[in-house]
Amino acid sequence: MDILANLAIGFGVALSPYTLFLAVCGCFLGTIIGALPGLGPSNGVAILIPITFTLGLDATSALVLMTSVYYGAMYGGRISSILLNIPGDEPALMTTLDGYPMAKQGRAGDALVLSGVASFVGAFLATIGLMLLAPTLARVAFLFGPAEYFALYLLAFCTLGGMASNNQAKAALAACIGLGIAMIGVDSSSGLPRMTGGSLHLYDGVDFLVAIVGLFAIAELFFFIESHGKGSSIGVILDKVKIPWKEIFSTRWTMLRASGVGFIAGILPGAGASLGSFLAYMTEKSIAGEKGGFGTGVAKGVVAPEAGNNAAAGGALVPMLTLGVPGSGTTAVLLALLMTLNITPGPTLFTERPEVVWGLIASLLIANVVLLLMNVPMVKIFVRVLTVPAWILLPGVTMVSFVGIYSLTGSYFDLLMMVGFGILGYFLRKLDVPTVPVILGILLGGNMEDALRRAMTLSDGDVTYLFSSPISIGLWVAAIAGFVAPMFLRSILKKPQAVTD
Amino acid sequence: MASDRIFGLFTLITAVAYIAAATQIQTNFFSGEFLPKLFPLLIGGVAALCSLTIMFRPDPDPEWPASRTWVSMGIAVVVLAVYAVLLTPLGFIAPTIFAAGILSYQISNRAGVSALAGVGLSLGLFVLFKFALGLGNIVAYRIPTPEKLWNAISILIPFVGH
Repeated sequence: MDILANLAIGFGVALSPYTLFLAVCGCFLGTIIGALPGLGPSNGVAILIPITFTLGLDATSALVLMTSVYYGAMYGGRISSILLNIPGDEPALMTTLDGYPMAKQGRAGDALVLSGVASFVGAFLATIGLMLLAPTLARVAFLFGPAEYFALYLLAFCTLGGMASNNQAKAALAACIGLGIAMIGVDSSSGLPRMTGGSLHLYDGVDFLVAIVGLFAIAELFFFIESHGKGSSIGVILDKVKIPWKEIFSTRWTMLRASGVGFIAGILPGAGASLGSFLAYMTEKSIAGEKGGFGTGVAKGVVAPEAGNNAAAGGALVPMLTLGVPGSGTTAVLLALLMTLNITPGPTLFTERPEVVWGLIASLLIANVVLLLMNVPMVKIFVRVLTVPAWILLPGVTMVSFVGIYSLTGSYFDLLMMVGFGILGYFLRKLDVPTVPVILGILLGGNMEDALRRAMTLSDGDVTYLFSSPISIGLWVAAIAGFVAPMFLRSILKKPQAVTD
Repeated sequence: MASDRIFGLFTLITAVAYIAAATQIQTNFFSGEFLPKLFPLLIGGVAALCSLTIMFRPDPDPEWPASRTWVSMGIAVVVLAVYAVLLTPLGFIAPTIFAAGILSYQISNRAGVSALAGVGLSLGLFVLFKFALGLGNIVAYRIPTPEKLWNAISILIPFVGH
């Protein structure tokens, strides 16, 4: 029993009182971040990375803290979806479809508890799936050479662009913006600067944290200024919270199926949690048929997307840890965290730093239990968070972002660049250009170029080397299919629109 | 329609400029003549293709904000930029009251509560960062010489700053 022995190592690392304390703090903070309208897992985790880094936590503690925040934000996202009909981020959109109608029927408490339990089941099963699958995939990953890695990065961008956006050209352009920015700085092989325009500030390249915080947090501020903070008032009042045992029991198969669907969707590099919750919801909807009443506030409609969403969040960690290719916006942010902590994800991580991987997995399990215990009885406390007015929240978030970046580098140039990224993020989102590929491009650009260069050096400039192994051919085919297929599927698989009053 | 065409044109020009810059990348013996240019050229090429696609198959226009909102977003950008350069010479508290207050006003449109929000956020966050989290380079206040202040502000003025 390799896994049990490894898990024992993990719990040995993660069960110290200090890390447990960090996990509880992270879960609490994460749930609040997720519940705040306009703050989701990606920007929540992004703002906290610089601060975690300056706190000087060691790698394991930082990982435990941030993954608890990550899972917590996934849990918390459902609160604003259900009560306000405002999804904190893209995957939470599906929860509004049945959650908000259910809350309007006066069953807000039931919806919150049901979704909490579903989140737990989804995340728990996904963590177990991660334990079983990740070591195997890590062994497969040893077969990957530069050509395969290049194709894999391409696959991540293609599936992300294909599935997560409405317009392929815009998604591909977003990836190019990110990759283009990643090229800025001193070239590692020649030692000469590239694309810096002669500015000394750019010789180090553009720090991905600056880009992430700018694109996610500062851009959000502009959106709130545009809307003058409207839509942040409380929509549905929550009165009594009881545990609806009967409905939890009757939706058990839905939870299991949705977790499975979500996990698989999460594993696909680049597809991530939005696809997970979407597919889980659509599957359950078609199984239930017309009589299921999906969209009118049924328990299954709340349970399916939440289980799918959280399972996908766990599934997305599989490619992130084994291949270094994140499966969603938030895992991209977590990858940024790992890189900041000087941990390189990839197959060698499992053999060289088992304590980090298994500590992480153990802390996910712990975080999950903590979150369930915290979320069911304390849900009323988190609901109170929703009443924080936007005119305190957004300036506060902005100042925290500034201090975070400032404490990393102490340079005005990074702060100005962050504001620039905020403006860029505003216009990109206005024009329906997804911002996650930009982040992914900045994060992976260097590695992707390295893979291409190594492949070209090995093959002495022969382009066919990129398609020379079965694995790389498979990845290229998947990449092209993942990019092209959604164009045709879009008319069949219409995204359900959010419910309006 | 029009927004996407303008956006596409803008990114196309950027992509062409990027390709032009990529051909000028310096190389030396260690890197080889072509490899440092290869990937930037590919990115620029794909970006140019995407820009053309966006120009010729534009999406419907988004809802742009009214001109008054543009002004307040412009002010927000200026406030953030000034905040960025003043954080070092003036310390944390004063610039944060000013920046958080103005941003808060732009969301709420109420002067009184925004001033309170600015002061509250500034002091609250300072205590949180300095004493609870112990972030080292956050300083409460500094009294700068006029010369230092000018140096900081001049960063934002094109061709004057450094």
